[in-house]
Amino acid sequence: MPKLVSHPDEVKIVTRRFGQGAANIGKYIELGGYEAVKKCIAQGPEWIINEMKASNLRGRGGAGFSTGMKWSFVPKQSAKPKYVLVNGDESEPGTCKDHLIFLHDPHSVIEGTIIAGLAIGAKTGFIYLRGEYRYLLEIVEKAVADAYERGFLGKNIFGSGNDFDIITQSGAGAYEVGEESALMESLEGKRGVPRIKPPFPAVVGLYGGPTIINNAETIATVPHVIAMGAEAYSAVGTPRNGGTRLFGVSGHVERPGIYELPMGYNLKKMIYDVAGGVRGGRKLKAVVPGGSSTPVLLPDEIETLGMDFDQVGKAGSMLGSGGVVVIDDQTCIVEFALRTISFYQHESCGWCIPCREGTDWLKKSLTRFHAGFGAASDIDNIQYLAENMLGRTFCPLGDAAAMPTIAFVKKFRKEFEDHLNGKPCPFAKHVELTVV
Amino acid sequence: MPDVTFTVDGKTLTAPAGTLLIDACRKAGIEIPAFCYYPGLSLQAACRMCLVRQEKVPKLQTACTTTVAEGQVFVTESPEIAQARKATIQLLLGNHPLDCPVCDAGGECELQDMTFKYGAGESLYVEAKQHREEQQWSPAVFYDRPRCILCYRCIRMCGEGMDVWALGIQNRGTHSVIAPNDGDRLDCEQCGMCIDVCPVGALTSGSYRYKTRPWEMNHVSTICTHCADGCKVTLGVRQIDGDAVIIRSDNRDKSGINNDFLCAKGRFGFDFVESAERLTKPLVRNAAGALEPATWDHALRFAARRLKEIRDSKGGAAIGVIGSNRTTNEENYLLQKLARTVLGTNNIDHQRSTDYAAFVRALAGHTGKTVSLRAIASAPAILLVGGNPTEEHPLLAWHLRTNVRLNHARLYIANTRPVKLERQAKLTQEIPAGGYKDLAAFLEAGQSDFSKAILAEESLVIIFGEEFRGETVDSLVTWGIKRNNVRFAYLGDHANARGAADMGLFPDLLPGYVPVSAPGDFAEYAGLPAAPGKSMTQMFEAAGQGELGALLVVGANPISWLGANPADLKNTFVVVQDLFLTETAALADVVFPAASLYEKSGTVTNTYGDVQMVRKAADRAGVKPDFEILVRLAGAMGVDVSTLVPFGSSATAGMRGMTADLGQSRGAQAGEADRHSVWLEANGLEPKLSPFDPLAVLDEIERLVPGYTLDRLNLFAGNDGTTEPGSSPGFVPVAALTGTEHIVPAHDTLFTSGTLGRYCAGLNELDKHQATELARTAAD
Repeated sequence: MPKLVSHPDEVKIVTRRFGQGAANIGKYIELGGYEAVKKCIAQGPEWIINEMKASNLRGRGGAGFSTGMKWSFVPKQSAKPKYVLVNGDESEPGTCKDHLIFLHDPHSVIEGTIIAGLAIGAKTGFIYLRGEYRYLLEIVEKAVADAYERGFLGKNIFGSGNDFDIITQSGAGAYEVGEESALMESLEGKRGVPRIKPPFPAVVGLYGGPTIINNAETIATVPHVIAMGAEAYSAVGTPRNGGTRLFGVSGHVERPGIYELPMGYNLKKMIYDVAGGVRGGRKLKAVVPGGSSTPVLLPDEIETLGMDFDQVGKAGSMLGSGGVVVIDDQTCIVEFALRTISFYQHESCGWCIPCREGTDWLKKSLTRFHAGFGAASDIDNIQYLAENMLGRTFCPLGDAAAMPTIAFVKKFRKEFEDHLNGKPCPFAKHVELTVV
Repeated sequence: MPDVTFTVDGKTLTAPAGTLLIDACRKAGIEIPAFCYYPGLSLQAACRMCLVRQEKVPKLQTACTTTVAEGQVFVTESPEIAQARKATIQLLLGNHPLDCPVCDAGGECELQDMTFKYGAGESLYVEAKQHREEQQWSPAVFYDRPRCILCYRCIRMCGEGMDVWALGIQNRGTHSVIAPNDGDRLDCEQCGMCIDVCPVGALTSGSYRYKTRPWEMNHVSTICTHCADGCKVTLGVRQIDGDAVIIRSDNRDKSGINNDFLCAKGRFGFDFVESAERLTKPLVRNAAGALEPATWDHALRFAARRLKEIRDSKGGAAIGVIGSNRTTNEENYLLQKLARTVLGTNNIDHQRSTDYAAFVRALAGHTGKTVSLRAIASAPAILLVGGNPTEEHPLLAWHLRTNVRLNHARLYIANTRPVKLERQAKLTQEIPAGGYKDLAAFLEAGQSDFSKAILAEESLVIIFGEEFRGETVDSLVTWGIKRNNVRFAYLGDHANARGAADMGLFPDLLPGYVPVSAPGDFAEYAGLPAAPGKSMTQMFEAAGQGELGALLVVGANPISWLGANPADLKNTFVVVQDLFLTETAALADVVFPAASLYEKSGTVTNTYGDVQMVRKAADRAGVKPDFEILVRLAGAMGVDVSTLVPFGSSATAGMRGMTADLGQSRGAQAGEADRHSVWLEANGLEPKLSPFDPLAVLDEIERLVPGYTLDRLNLFAGNDGTTEPGSSPGFVPVAALTGTEHIVPAHDTLFTSGTLGRYCAGLNELDKHQATELARTAAD
């Protein structure tokens, strides 16, 4: 089991049962588990949705859409069955928060799923885990089985008269399936490519039924919101950004790890204080604030930056999945850009032209450029390519590849120019890149 | 849906709410480029070429998925949009091999066209392109992987359109490729629709690839010579060594009754034209009893002299005539007229594949009871009884599938055996062997869910197969007429089987199913025998008894079809007009090398009664159209051919002032005929029709044959017109001649086509490929 880190600034809401054996259902109940769902059964769907809206909980997958709002879009009456879908296809580089939730507190996901089901009137929920998390599947499946045994799942849950089933499913190793509609395709047994929207999942989702699909962290947060009350939850964090967030600080820091901090927590403090500062006393060169798809920020851009959706957005980047990647001054940005684009090139599903071809040419160009065979025009071409992918692809994967690339070129143009004219990479590592 | 008004590029447009923007724009003449969008197939939004700007929407939107609503404002052309499209093309061209100079699609390529329009002339990349080896999936389909732009049209056409689902995507990202179901081999219907919809040269045709450049061909729009559905095909013709040779057959002109569709036979079954076994010289049996080449002049004079002798010595009753299922209406009409007025006999028949005569008897006097193929394509409820359209009527199957898929038509199927179309059926009903005769009673009783559903339909189209004959046809049609909301189609085989029947290739029926015993307007036929003649079986019986002096066979192979004893004809003078030395031609005393349907002009009628124009495409030295052979034969017999073919100036009595011929005598250029007559008229010259011009006979058909009134302009424009012989009020049918109804359905598969099919090397190859695939599947 990975070592858990902690810091006094943390506000432990979602992580409060971590490290206490809460994967065991008895322990989970002992720690107050499955009380929120009982409260929800007593209060009814409308109350749940209102509570969620009031909590200012915003989707933890990256887009930051209001969870309560999303749930309210599901039509009350539907000829087709409604579904709750937990997106555990956590694949964004720099992001590893859901993995801890499934490991330490799988019942919080189950409980959150049941609550979501009660809220929209669904009888079935699905927990979809990324293919590489197969080892977590056992834990989740055990938790689901235990919940069935206690009557928390199945017929007449908690004696409420409601039925609710949870089905677990493992992915097959595609980042693209983290996109909600691609996940549904995958879950239906098809090739994992996204669907045309509209219609949106809340109206036409899994198997054509109204579906809410939420990030695993969002769902795991739900029972806590219910337990502590929307008001108390939203009081943590900043306006319109309720509660805490699991920030995964990685890269060149002294104490990398998952920290649960209030929304709006200062990024500089997060790096220097919470995560112990840049590794080996080096200088901070840049930071990727929310997973590899978010545009890189420079040290002077994070001085007063509060980590919530609105502030990071205003700073020209995105809060994304909360994966903070710290880059020290010994890092070659061109290589960093190449590694980033290599990931997206490998993961592009190939459905639409700009993403399929764009990521490939960006990777090829950057590979050559980093190897010292670039021309001055390449810098413009790389930027041109990325700018012409942005906003024109079928799904956000193309944007996820284009946005960071544009930021790297714009903010580190000098460093790109330093690779020109056959000069060796200024960071002299120059090992032949192993490309995934 | 109510109409909504919206603005595109400053123009106000109106369309039903929910119309796709791309469709609304295209209808209004505003071009929106797209690779992946294909009308009638599911939406992909994958190529991103149709991006447009919608007011108040932050990102560019795909016109192929945007539905129009009241008050919306769109911009489809702007520097921003042009740049987006250019960038996409740049990306595509990055990995595209740009082998346009040798690519089959060069000149017919949507990627070329869009590159031309949006200009992506400079490559931004210096890295090597991705190369993958080309694959051959079947004798018909090749896949040049680097050329593929992954628009997924082929996958959708195969799955949604054909209900075959033989194609998919392999790998992901930039490694994505289209892949067939069987790894690297296609186990499918080999229709070639994937090739047709491919916007680039990725999918190429085994029969066409690397043969020519598209602009070196003339494109002649004509009608397929195989099954009785009558698909429009576009033949690509090139001059080679003085011949006009068909290089390609496809569905370039999508205006026909087949819309997008063409099957394996239409697409690949044209190579019989160039078969090495093709007859190109007349053959005359010599003193030693062997067939030897002769001049046209000699062969015609010899045949004419013998026919005349036999007629004059033994009488017309000693002569038999057998017509064809594949020759034009004009030729069939001329043949029966020649039989009845020159040879003096009603001994005329054809290889009947279904009982059209019974159909017309049952419908007699009722108008509006038959249904065109276009009407079937949009009928809300269809009952299919018998037959197996997927194999025998691929176009009908396409329309039924498409109608169910796009219009939610209700398809009901009653059959003695399972058929593939059941996958589209709302309800199916198994019929016990021999049970079709009780179908009408079963439906009328309304006891089962199936018949209840049928009875509940407001209007119904019933399509029935050749399993229905005589009284069975009568009982079903009578039931339908009584219900007053039913229209019918009757399935037969071969390109002009319906035309052969309509044109009176019957011993008892004149054209339009007019009884010879009550000829009506046909009384103008000089010397028309009043009594019905012999059917084909009766002719062969007579021959066996030494009573048939002569037999004229045009485009038919009765020896094989009837399974007749060749020795029966040993005392009969046999003249055969055919493309090949068939079992029947091999017995003949004179064989005339005939032109195929692709080498002549005229009209044909499909099994639904839709009349379409056939245009001369290919030209083969040495052969003549059956029409011309018949006129020359009559001429050689001393007949004034103007009594047979009312040609001459427009002032000639009985003529309707025709000013254009069908291009028969002047070559392969599509549309040349019309230009020629326009020129003549412009110069104050009166166009003359030649005796070899079928158009003069078409005039007579329209004048004399009940139910054959055609919109000539529409027909010449390449559209179809519907006929309803026997429907005119007061039409009185006669009872069927007993002992004449020898009917043998062809039961052709997707790759066979009667005697003609034997000479289609391409189809035989596909047949073999599919047999191998079947064996492989069975072995798995």
